[in-house]
Amino acid sequence: MPTVIIDRREIRIPEGRRLNGIEAARLAGIEIPHYCWHPGLSVAGTCRMCLVEVGTRDPATGKITMQPKLQPACNTLVTDNMILVTDSEKVAQARAMVEEDLLLRHPVDCPICDKAGECLLQDYHYRFGRPERRADIFPFSSRRKDLGDVILFADRCILCTRCVRFAAEISGGKELMLIGRGTEEEIGIVDGYPLCNKLSGNVVDLCPVGALVDKDFLYKQRVWFLRRHANVCTGCAVGCSIWIEEHQERIYRIKPRENPFLNKWWICNDGRYDYSHVHDPRRLLRAEKSGAPLLTVDLQSLAEEINRSLRAAGRLAAVVSPHLTVEEAYLLCKLIRGIDSDALLALGPVPVIGEDESFPGGFLIAAEKCPNRRGVEAVIAYFAHRAASFDELLTEVDQGLLGGVWVSAGYKHEWIGPATASRFDRLKLLVVQDLFPSPLLERATYVLPAPVYAERDGSYVNRYDRMQAVHRAIRPPKNVRTEGELFWAMLGGEGRYDASRVREQLAYEIPYFAAARGGVPESGVDLKSNLLADEGDVSSRGGC
Amino acid sequence: MPYEPVLLANISKKESYTLRVYEAGGGYRGLRRVLKELSPRDVVEMITASGLRGRGGAAFPTGVKWSFLPKDHPGPIYFCVNADESEPGTFVNRIQMEFDPHQVLEGAIISCYATRASKAFIYIRYEYPLCYRRMQAAVNECYAAGYLGKNILGSNFSLDVYLYRGAGVYICGEETGLIESIEGRRAWPRIKPPFPAVEGLFRKPTIVNNVETLACVKQIVDRGVAWFRSLGVPPEPNNPRDPGSFGPKLFGLSGHVNRPGCYEAPLGITVRRLVEHYGGGVWQGRKAKAAVVGGLSTGVISEAEFDTPLDFSAPQRVGCLGLGTGCVVVLDETFPMIDFLYNSCRFFAHESCGQCTPCREGTRWALRILERIKAGRGRLCDLDLLMEIGLTIGITPGTTICGLADGAAWPIQTTIRKFRGELEEYIKKTNPHGYRETKPLPAMTGD
Repeated sequence: MPTVIIDRREIRIPEGRRLNGIEAARLAGIEIPHYCWHPGLSVAGTCRMCLVEVGTRDPATGKITMQPKLQPACNTLVTDNMILVTDSEKVAQARAMVEEDLLLRHPVDCPICDKAGECLLQDYHYRFGRPERRADIFPFSSRRKDLGDVILFADRCILCTRCVRFAAEISGGKELMLIGRGTEEEIGIVDGYPLCNKLSGNVVDLCPVGALVDKDFLYKQRVWFLRRHANVCTGCAVGCSIWIEEHQERIYRIKPRENPFLNKWWICNDGRYDYSHVHDPRRLLRAEKSGAPLLTVDLQSLAEEINRSLRAAGRLAAVVSPHLTVEEAYLLCKLIRGIDSDALLALGPVPVIGEDESFPGGFLIAAEKCPNRRGVEAVIAYFAHRAASFDELLTEVDQGLLGGVWVSAGYKHEWIGPATASRFDRLKLLVVQDLFPSPLLERATYVLPAPVYAERDGSYVNRYDRMQAVHRAIRPPKNVRTEGELFWAMLGGEGRYDASRVREQLAYEIPYFAAARGGVPESGVDLKSNLLADEGDVSSRGGC
Repeated sequence: MPYEPVLLANISKKESYTLRVYEAGGGYRGLRRVLKELSPRDVVEMITASGLRGRGGAAFPTGVKWSFLPKDHPGPIYFCVNADESEPGTFVNRIQMEFDPHQVLEGAIISCYATRASKAFIYIRYEYPLCYRRMQAAVNECYAAGYLGKNILGSNFSLDVYLYRGAGVYICGEETGLIESIEGRRAWPRIKPPFPAVEGLFRKPTIVNNVETLACVKQIVDRGVAWFRSLGVPPEPNNPRDPGSFGPKLFGLSGHVNRPGCYEAPLGITVRRLVEHYGGGVWQGRKAKAAVVGGLSTGVISEAEFDTPLDFSAPQRVGCLGLGTGCVVVLDETFPMIDFLYNSCRFFAHESCGQCTPCREGTRWALRILERIKAGRGRLCDLDLLMEIGLTIGITPGTTICGLADGAAWPIQTTIRKFRGELEEYIKKTNPHGYRETKPLPAMTGD
């Protein structure tokens, strides 16, 4: 195992890993400041913020030889017996020099800059910069340039070229480039070829300063008011890890959350701006019974009332939406099958738009625009051996075989037309949980407002069988109950609904979820790889 | 005994740039002999033994550079001829390419043979149109005569030569900047490692050599190692890192002298002898005040230091970067050093590729300070600040990728160190009321 000495501390580098100085120092808990380096992009080595002293130790004699020049840690591949010094006077001076240089032409318009508060230039200057200015003071300017999906404040740019490299290497469109030379340089586009692609929002995250800003977020909120919550994007079947950033229960932006197994450091714009429906004024916010709003909703009495209606309805069916979490789908199936052991369990319509889109950097946007088809299918398969399709359910409805249907919808977009909805006319009982008004609501006995994904607790299984657990980022609006809470109450569960307890239970009950036993890590758990081992385990136990 | 020019032996002949004249003077005999008698390894060993050091400015031993190529590489290996001569005050490659292109080509073909390169790219500075035409004509003649193309002179060595007209930027002369430029991108020097010998042009092993270096290769092949080592200055005995400065060198002499021009002399000639003997002394009967030793990047020496020998290590002893390109620019006693410094900083701020923060911002900062001083608002503390910029930017302290910032730094360092009195005098005279101030000032212009 190679050993590296960083600031007099010996660090063992895991065998077979190629780490540069910044990554190796991170293992030791030492931060080397850097602007242009990013783990997902090629090495540029131009900002010179990560300069360190590099040397080697002779393993035989222990003699240490240091290189006279400072070296950029980002381009220094650590090898056995290498020495990195990050806290010397020489390094401190180099950092102070870079900081001073970067501020020479920087407008320092932090009070009106979107990035203030999470800006590396601010942070590093505070920690490594000189306390006083020596250069002449230049007039303030905030020149704006529209690059397409994002806006460039040209004078704030520190020319780290992360965005240029991203457009060339990850999104692949090569829309961004540098124009001019030396201090005249600035980020630009060719006229008529703006930065318009589905990954363009990532350049804003990559920008270490406030040069590239999001049109959607610009001047909406100061970042220090935002609280971030780990969550999972529900825009498509990939289920990228995200941060939902909110202030007082209002979502202001969504940022990628690093997940080496899925989205790496990126998310697509579809997911990034996928929160307008959360605060949409058309959202259903009130339960209704036969078209009349229920003014005060007591969860317990509502649960009992619907329970009674379901028992009286005859043969039951449930439409289990692929927007539900695994736990909610499990509770719904359990509830419906508990009342009618022969109930039909159908997977809700799976929205598919276009085809899968992939990018040169390996990023993929799935055509399937729901987060949990696989999870829901697995749950239904456990209860009913096979998930019926929505069309099969409609056929049974037409044939008059069903008395009561529970429709969990929660779709962000229109999902059912008047013609399909009218086929539900003859049912005795129709319970609909949905986000937005639809033709189905007019026919519903009970209309229950559904929560959005940011308000749910539970877990999703993506197209690669990776299960990720989430905790709600914001509270649901008043009078909106999550499905989990409702089903928990209807099943007579004790105490408050706790998704992790349900998850633990179903992980022991359903072999497909066996890998989720004992908790799901932040980056999720691969159900498939563990399933193979576990299936063998189950069969051997079955023999006893 | 007067020195007989070797590298410039041909240039005064009529139509010296034609193959006919070149062959009449013994041209391409060396190539024939190499292809017939020597293996590539023999040539590399010969060049290594000669102690030839790159003439482009960095003075890196050529044979050592060639030996960095990976052994048994399946190829292709590329060879680049750096003819992007843009260092201020430097014009010797131009003379060679305009008047003796075949000497350069022969050196290039021999070098390609030695390095097993199959393609050579000659990167000619954009501002040298005549060089481009003469080199192209020479390449065409070589193809017709069988010195280029498939199976050169019946051997199994094949070589194609391409001319590439430069992109008009100083930084294109940096070897990895040149490579990027040939590949069709911005001439941003690459971060090393990997070095070009391992991964260069089109991600293949690549050797980049200067025009004058190749001419020397040709001469070493013709005249032998012993001849080459008989010229110049042997290594300093008490400096183990000095490989010595052997061979002839072209010196470009310009500035305030009576006879500016390109002169050939063995390495080790003093600045004074170059100015007095070849340049005919300082013009208009004046005395010299200072001189740039070897292209602007290397810094200046004062008149008192004119006895410095022009070899690869001596300029360092008087505080300069090195010999550089060996092109001396003489400044007479009336020339204000503030103008020299201003011009130097203007050049490097304009040419900084903008990649590394310290160079991009540092060169422009220095220029702004000098603009303010020249506008009569200088302060004495500005000189300290300039000195600090001069000491902290560049590849020597390790704060940049390439050496451009060093080029900017050394004129600042050396001028302030050697002419501080004059600069202080200027500041006091032009800003009598404010020269003691130290606080940051509001800027002059809104750029």
